[in-house]
Amino acid sequence: MKVAITKEPLDPYKEVVAYEREALPPGKHGGVVIFVGTMRDFNDGENVRSMNLDHYPGMTERHIERVCQEAMDEWDVMDTLVVHRVGEMVPTDPIVLVAVWSAHRKDSFDACRYIINYLKERAPFWKCEITTEGKKHWVEHNSEDPGVAQRKLQKTA
Amino acid sequence: MDIKVRYFASLRDRMGRAEDQVSLDGDKVTVADLWSKVSDEPIAENILVAVNMEYTDTSHELKNGDEVAFFPPVTGG
Repeated sequence: MKVAITKEPLDPYKEVVAYEREALPPGKHGGVVIFVGTMRDFNDGENVRSMNLDHYPGMTERHIERVCQEAMDEWDVMDTLVVHRVGEMVPTDPIVLVAVWSAHRKDSFDACRYIINYLKERAPFWKCEITTEGKKHWVEHNSEDPGVAQRKLQKTA
Repeated sequence: MDIKVRYFASLRDRMGRAEDQVSLDGDKVTVADLWSKVSDEPIAENILVAVNMEYTDTSHELKNGDEVAFFPPVTGG
């Protein structure tokens, strides 16, 4: 398992190839499922010029590692790789990579979906967008999640 | 007890600072007690709380050396 937070531009496909060579025994996995999240040039009807991604160092890594471990406990997964950008980025930049290796595809599909969904719900990152008019605004919630699940987290964590 | 308090994202902008170092007296001091030391306003409904990097709520009892973070809903991925 590898979790990395980086300020550098992210080339997700190079990361997958490099990690597979370095960490996976050759010939044992039947596939890798990859999710790459990229930056849009619009959000809530506004045109976005750039974005700054803030995070809570230490807590972020801890919670992503926990989500990956939960996925490895739940499905028959050989390995997981998560790389997340922070700092300044522009539309089309990759923001996040989740890659999951398994012997059979169902496990890696299910585990990859679980990891990205719970990363978005629990990992302390915050997007601050700069619009084409130069206005700065913090994104208040992810589009898939109105925030309700995060309130529940406090009770169940 | 001494507590390190951290604020992130829009809450950091609203507080006008990234962190505080707070000394509190007495036992059974909760996160809610700490919040009333650092802000005159009630804690907003959507604000999340972490103590030592684990999610919790405002009834959590603090101990010396804890790091408490307040932040808005997370928006990564």
